[in-house]
Amino acid sequence: MTPLLSIDNVTKRFGRVIAVDGVSLDIAENEFFALLGASGSGKTTLLRMLAGFETPEEGAILLDGADISHMPPNRRPVNLMFQSYALFPHMTVEANIAYGLEMEHLPKAEITTRVGEIMEITELSPMARRKPDQLSGGQRQRVALARALVKRPRLLLLDEPLGALDKKLRAAMQLELKRLQHEVGVTFIVVTHDQEEALVMADRVAILKDGRLLQVGTPHEVYEHPANRYAADFIGVMNFIEEDGKTIAIRPERIRIFPDTADRTAKGKIVARAYHGLDLQLHVETDLSQRPLLVRVTADAADRHALAEGDAVTLGWNHTDTRQFND
Amino acid sequence: MTPSNARSTLLMAPALAWLTALMVVPCGLILALGFFRRGTYGGIEYTFTLENFGLLLDPLYAGIFLTSARIAGTATLIAVVIGYAAAYAIAAAPRHRQPILLFFAVLPFWSNYLIRTYAWIVLLNREGLITHGLRMLGYEGEPPSMLYTEGAVITGLVYNYLPFVILACYAPLSRLNPELAEASRDLGASAFTTFRRVILPMTVPGIAAGAVFVFVLSIGNFITPALLGGGRFQMIGNLVYAQFLTANDWPFGAALSMALIAIMMGLLTLQTFAAEKGAGEAREAADG
Repeated sequence: MTPLLSIDNVTKRFGRVIAVDGVSLDIAENEFFALLGASGSGKTTLLRMLAGFETPEEGAILLDGADISHMPPNRRPVNLMFQSYALFPHMTVEANIAYGLEMEHLPKAEITTRVGEIMEITELSPMARRKPDQLSGGQRQRVALARALVKRPRLLLLDEPLGALDKKLRAAMQLELKRLQHEVGVTFIVVTHDQEEALVMADRVAILKDGRLLQVGTPHEVYEHPANRYAADFIGVMNFIEEDGKTIAIRPERIRIFPDTADRTAKGKIVARAYHGLDLQLHVETDLSQRPLLVRVTADAADRHALAEGDAVTLGWNHTDTRQFND
Repeated sequence: MTPSNARSTLLMAPALAWLTALMVVPCGLILALGFFRRGTYGGIEYTFTLENFGLLLDPLYAGIFLTSARIAGTATLIAVVIGYAAAYAIAAAPRHRQPILLFFAVLPFWSNYLIRTYAWIVLLNREGLITHGLRMLGYEGEPPSMLYTEGAVITGLVYNYLPFVILACYAPLSRLNPELAEASRDLGASAFTTFRRVILPMTVPGIAAGAVFVFVLSIGNFITPALLGGGRFQMIGNLVYAQFLTANDWPFGAALSMALIAIMMGLLTLQTFAAEKGAGEAREAADG
């Protein structure tokens, strides 16, 4: 089966800067895919090439098997939800959403029906006659989403879709986006720098660094089996221990305190503690690494051990919970 | 009165005093002048009359108003088209180059209006630079008559007021989020449709401001029609000038001036309303 989207060895330079460097990637129909990277990783350039605002210098972009690398954005069955939302300020919510369908010269009745439907799904119907500057941030975000979705694109691109929202709303919208994606049955590609967002929403995640693809996998794979040290450090929090010229990595939640049994134990001293409500984060100084090890202790364990700064603790973990890197 | 109100009143006072003494009062005097009679030997006879304003409806004078409006209107249209295109190009240029481009656009302003207009005489003259140029290209016939035509007047007006349009249109164009045009393209619009449905509507306030500026300054202008129109195309400005300085009919000159000011005020009010309407609508619905 051919994948919906094939990015085949795509390279893009801006002057001397190489923004995207030989990226190859297949994305299947109905997938929720996340392009994850720090700023300057090339994720936005890649997205803009998929939308048609940039053209690859080398390689090709295939949609349903057809090369669309040089097709202008208005001819692609691909829509982009802009980071700034880019809503037309002089048009109402309704007119904003209808705009893309008018460009397809659909009959008026069909436009009205489809705009009505998508406003229903995105809960925008009461706001139909408002202008963008009379909406809250969350409402604006939904208009941008509805405006792109109403076109029933083969592929929906979302550039930092939740970046402008506050933390609580962002958490709610992560699930909301996932629900919507299921409901409309459209393939989503999200660009984000927020690794938590990528893990929560996406079926698969691609990690980009300096224009190159570091790793592609399910959230579980990239979190539990990072391909290299950068990926391990970028996704979540990771402790690194140097041993015999090798780098051993272990997640803070895999380290236990005062373990009954463990493959490996180490003695240390608590140098700092941070209470997070859900858990307690300890910085423990050991002779295994220069930087103190970060340990996440559940509220329950924290209560049992009455941990304070300066206390001596024994840490332990199992080898199966560690990863080893040679770089 | 709150302290901040008192302070802003104090800060505005000099400007208000200046405008009242040198603008409102003289205008009031001119308006009053329009209701008196012209003396037999010039001068003013202080008896009340509406004759001067009645005279404005005389086909001769109404015709001059219409001619002025046509010339000013044509100049406005041309200036807006050229100026908008220039402003668009400047706004699309790399950020760091925009200030220098704007500087060049307004450069003519730094020289005297009269000299700039005289320069056009040199260019458009029967034996001027343009004729010269045509001769060099091998043209042998009669020199084209360009100077002292309506076209020459319009050319002079467009040339002089173009920078206003460029500045007025540049402001909204440079503030436009470039992602709006991209969003339009992404949603399936061609470049032209994007311009017509997104860029143009969002920059109408700038166009309106520039257009009203050119029209108001053109319709009252008297130097350009006098120099480039050769007196054959009298505009209201020339008529007013003649009433005060040659015909010595101050009351009728005053009535003409008032009519002109009324037209300008009407247009400026309309433009202010149009600009306010957008902002007002937004406020209203946000409250509701």
